[in-house]
Amino acid sequence: MNKMSRSQMAWLVAQDMWDGAVVNLGIGLPTACANFVPEDREIMFHSENGLIGVGPAPDVGDEDPDLINAGKQMVTLVTGGAYFSHNDAFVMIRGGHIDLSVMGAFEVSQAGDLANWTVNAPGVPPGVGGAMDLAAGAKEIWVLMEHTTRDGKPRILKECHFPLTGKGCVTRIYTDIAILMISPRGVEVTAMVEGCDLEKLQAVTEVPLTVHRECKVISPPDIA
Amino acid sequence: MINKQVESIAAALEGIQDGSTVLSSGFGAAGEPVELLNGLLEQGARDLVIVSNNAGTGDVGLAALIRERRVRKIICSYPRSADPHCFDECYRAGNIEVELLPQGTLSERIRAGAAGISAFYVQVGAGTELSKGKETREFDGKLHVMEKAIHGDLALVRALRADRWGNLIYRKSARNFNPVMAMAADRTVVQTNEICPLGSLDPEAIHTPGIFVNRVVCIDPNQEVEQ
Repeated sequence: MNKMSRSQMAWLVAQDMWDGAVVNLGIGLPTACANFVPEDREIMFHSENGLIGVGPAPDVGDEDPDLINAGKQMVTLVTGGAYFSHNDAFVMIRGGHIDLSVMGAFEVSQAGDLANWTVNAPGVPPGVGGAMDLAAGAKEIWVLMEHTTRDGKPRILKECHFPLTGKGCVTRIYTDIAILMISPRGVEVTAMVEGCDLEKLQAVTEVPLTVHRECKVISPPDIA
Repeated sequence: MINKQVESIAAALEGIQDGSTVLSSGFGAAGEPVELLNGLLEQGARDLVIVSNNAGTGDVGLAALIRERRVRKIICSYPRSADPHCFDECYRAGNIEVELLPQGTLSERIRAGAAGISAFYVQVGAGTELSKGKETREFDGKLHVMEKAIHGDLALVRALRADRWGNLIYRKSARNFNPVMAMAADRTVVQTNEICPLGSLDPEAIHTPGIFVNRVVCIDPNQEVEQ
């Protein structure tokens, strides 16, 4: 089974973003999705620290510490972009003006519950940032994460073990081996990497899976 | 004549009392009023309650206030920002109380404090650990959490440009929490790179009208702290 690289995972999500969408990308791997948007689509990337129209990283010499994204990395603003306050940024989020939020996760439940803000490690201060606001307010939530933990345990579970970020909010999960849709009918597989099948996928997933009748084979480009 | 400009950071922060609630803007280092926070360190007020998205970066500004045990409690959304070692050490030693809020709830609670709204209901955080102990209520069949207003004794704000009436313009994503915090305190103190003649800021482009601002102090932009 050909597990995808992290860049390939980000590429996979970007292929499903639609023209004209307003998208908020989470810190870490989801941020990389912006690098792989097909050229025929215009997407407005929103950042909760007060930007819409977030562009790529600046060229060397053009960095501006007053122009950063939610991960506090220096970015650029595309033509047509705008700056606004934190308050307006969260009016956009809570008020349902963000079409899609792509976030990382520790765990997702079969009901679409999301756990991505704390593992309650002793002595480590918790931080939540904008994750709960996005979980409650974005029109759609997609999760991008490795299918299993580092020691091979499932992360798509009947119930989340870690504290929740939001209940019943996740509609899709993109992993390094499959795409899964969450609906009232259950968790359905719509794409798998080459060499994967329902049996192999079920072995690393705690919840019962069904396979969509048009389930596709994922053919990612050759990127590291 | 109205002139909110003061000659020094010390003059801007004179009389701040122990136990004050201080709204401190910035998202990471962007828009953080570092010079005013350093001034608060020198001014000496203790037992502070700080309201800020993060809990300081490196060794200056808010990080230094925390290191020197001047902060009793921090109300924030993400204390684990870049290089938070001062906060981390204080937290592990049990020397600082943390109230964690979703980022938009933090911002909206401050806006409520600015706008004379005592409390409001949001779906954000409903059914999670962060709503424990808070009143809840259903609207349209969905669970909401009651969140109360936050009001500061002092707000520390960083603007790109100001005038003597206190009208402010911010720069790029350094705007972040500055406009909302500027509106929500008994005393709003602004550090700015430049004080412009009255009338030279475009009235159509002013981000914070001077009515919310009490004191403005110009800092030398060449002495900005490395980000």
